[in-house]
Amino acid sequence: MKLEAKIPSGPLEKKWDRYRLEMKLVSPANKRKFEVIVVGTGLAGASAAASLAELGYRVRCFCFQDSPRRAHSIAAQGGINAAKNYQNDGDSVYRLFYDTIKGGDFRSREANVYRLAQVSSNIIDQCVAQGVPFAREYGGLLANRSFGGAQVSRTFYARGQTGQQLLLGAYQALCRQIALGQIEMHPRTEMLELVVVGGHAKGIVVRDLVSGQVTSHAGDAVVLATGGYSNVFFLSTNAKGCNVSANYRAYKKGAAFANPCYTQIHPTCIPVSGEHQSKLTLMSESLRNDGRVWVPKRPGDNRPVGQIPEDERDYYLERKYPSYGNLAPRDISSRAAKEVCDQGRGVGPGGRGVYLDFADAIRRSGENTIRERYGNLFEMYERITGENAYATPMRIYPAVHYAMGGLWVDYELMSSLPGLFVIGEANFSDHGANRLGASALMQGLGDGYFILPYTIGNYFAHCSQPRPAASHPEFRLAEAAVKERTHKFLSIRGRRTVSSIHRDLGHLLWEKCGMARNEASLKEALEKIPAIRQEFWENIIVPGESTEINQALEYAGRVADFLEFAELLCTDALMRRESCGGHFRTEFQTPDGEALRNDAEFAYVAAWEHQGEGRPPLLHKEPLVYEELKMMQRSYK
Amino acid sequence: MNLKLRIWRQKNADTPGHFVEHDAPNVTPDMSFLELLDTVNEELTLQGKEPIAFDSDCREGICGMCSLVINGIPHGHIKGTTVCQLHLRHFQDGQTITVEPWRARPFPVIKDLIVDRGAFDRIIQAGGYISVSTGQAIEGNALPIPKDTAELAMDAAACIGCGACVAVCKNASAALFVAAKVSHLALLPQGQRERERRVWHMVKAMDAAGFGSCSNTSACEAVCPKSISVEFIGRMNREYMKSLIKAQFKNT
Repeated sequence: MKLEAKIPSGPLEKKWDRYRLEMKLVSPANKRKFEVIVVGTGLAGASAAASLAELGYRVRCFCFQDSPRRAHSIAAQGGINAAKNYQNDGDSVYRLFYDTIKGGDFRSREANVYRLAQVSSNIIDQCVAQGVPFAREYGGLLANRSFGGAQVSRTFYARGQTGQQLLLGAYQALCRQIALGQIEMHPRTEMLELVVVGGHAKGIVVRDLVSGQVTSHAGDAVVLATGGYSNVFFLSTNAKGCNVSANYRAYKKGAAFANPCYTQIHPTCIPVSGEHQSKLTLMSESLRNDGRVWVPKRPGDNRPVGQIPEDERDYYLERKYPSYGNLAPRDISSRAAKEVCDQGRGVGPGGRGVYLDFADAIRRSGENTIRERYGNLFEMYERITGENAYATPMRIYPAVHYAMGGLWVDYELMSSLPGLFVIGEANFSDHGANRLGASALMQGLGDGYFILPYTIGNYFAHCSQPRPAASHPEFRLAEAAVKERTHKFLSIRGRRTVSSIHRDLGHLLWEKCGMARNEASLKEALEKIPAIRQEFWENIIVPGESTEINQALEYAGRVADFLEFAELLCTDALMRRESCGGHFRTEFQTPDGEALRNDAEFAYVAAWEHQGEGRPPLLHKEPLVYEELKMMQRSYK
Repeated sequence: MNLKLRIWRQKNADTPGHFVEHDAPNVTPDMSFLELLDTVNEELTLQGKEPIAFDSDCREGICGMCSLVINGIPHGHIKGTTVCQLHLRHFQDGQTITVEPWRARPFPVIKDLIVDRGAFDRIIQAGGYISVSTGQAIEGNALPIPKDTAELAMDAAACIGCGACVAVCKNASAALFVAAKVSHLALLPQGQRERERRVWHMVKAMDAAGFGSCSNTSACEAVCPKSISVEFIGRMNREYMKSLIKAQFKNT
């Protein structure tokens, strides 16, 4: 495998222009001859499917939910970044680029990030035109707010439901193309295998989740927009259905998996309340605009909030990072919360929580203003915890939230497998080792609306591998593999539920490869994962049949892939002997506890190639060459 | 706490369903209703029985996938909440709780508590969008929109498409769902060009899917997890009348 990032030469700000000038085009009459398979209908998938269809390509689109409108992008609350500089506060494409590279701890590609910053403005225009009801000023112009890791206000939002509104915009564009007959939509359908013909990705095998029927779909290219893998930790802020399977199947068919150890722990989630918990709920980072994070100064201080005087409170983010304060980036805020809880200063049941206090903001701006800004978040908090956050501070704790790692892609968003494109959270490309808030929506829509629709044409114009028939022997083989696996799940008939094993895996990863990792903990995880996997394959019980709706069966397939992927994640984390962004190795830290990078040895993308069952994956390194910026120690002080 | 559940079980769309009783001992008030079902399902699975099939995904009240009627009320008795965020602290120890799927002809049950809501997608496909292809947009701030208008459009756009409005309606009317989308887009300047044809096509698709008529009981607003106002139904009706009148003039 040879990794070629295909970054255009020339000055940074001219690279994308240059690419677009030099790429080959497909004429309108020829576009209709190409068929594209899009898996996933979140921001990236829906926007790509709609845009490709508008261009004239024929699209087949798949999602496991009952409707394409439900993908987990819908849960993004806070907002979407764009370098519009509407606030006249010094923003620019270059600053957004710089903040994103710095926020990612100098582990992303300059050219990709710069291009993302360039298209960010177009995304806002497109969404406004679709009717996304962004927040407005009284003069009727678009409003902005600030977000972590930036000192300008460049975040556009629609109350606390920005992801929902952007997704509905993309979904409606998708619906328009379905009605026009340009897109064939397959809801409640799960991709279970990628099919490679002549070295190119040319189709997928899917299971209809209602009838259980396994079918093949051939295309000229396959686009995976299948999201992140945070559910490998069992508890995360992801939707229950989010999984790594499509990506992992592609990895096993030859697509390299990049930087799996870069996982983001979000600092503001509602703390775990008990063993029954099925998922964690995020409270938007935007709350940190007005909320102040604190814990008691004295360990074990369990007095009620009202009885802790001001001078016995430690506003630790403001203390440690005076210039960014409560808006320090996510990785830094999360680790700081862990640190104070480890010192025994955590609050709430179990001592795993810190306060997010709005008392000052309410005093300053009035309860109504706070209600207007965050009303739905306060309601959500009350629904879940039964507490009123206007009167008493919220309790929050970090939780797994986002996967910066993903399938390796080049500048064209094509994986190491020709014909397989990967967009949105599913790829690894733009966020380095840590993603800034309000940048996931930007990347998903940037990839789908403005990048993939160009680059996929260049692939078609150069591609000599024709679309096979869905009866090609490779499809038959893949179908047989799917059916065999399904049969296996149903025939084990053991004594453990899939969920109990998933819980074991998640617990192990959270403890050994979570917010802090080290050589010993990672080696321990790597030793224990195979045993959990063996327990799965020998002892799970999956009732029911394959020819009907069988949610336990769907779940078993996803957990089986998590059990293998977890090993890849820990292998990557063990290999990367440095701390960067969300990857914090306790052996590598500065005297004051900040992440200590090792640019001399690890300034590269780690792309792992599957070598076959039972063999260790092969590491390929794509060096990160910084032509524009100088790598430096991140500081938010 | 201990609860008793009466749950609708149905093998598939073609087989008649029935209630089955399940015990849920030792559950805690902090659990969500879906976590309660998870717990029951773990137990059923260990007994080698088929777990209860139900839809859910985000479990934070926004994807619109979960869809259970709890004691006769879609999403349960707490206002402004989806069933994934309905916690057991709102129930009493020893209570018997009846759990059913959405019941409406356009939403056929396909297994246990899962229904097919494809009709909603078909309504949006009929016109619930603004026709603007990628790349055609003008500069975002070139079209100022009064704050109040944007806020009102957002009130309507908050719909999560769960279908509780249909499930509670004695006529199985989808008026609130359709009105929310019609209003969201008709309120905004971007939506003006297609205003009449949009409402006309969406209402036609709604009728074709077999949803009943609205008889203004407002039950939909009462159960809507996003508390979307029935005033939008009035707005849709006005939009629809206007589209009919304009069409008349066009034909003469």
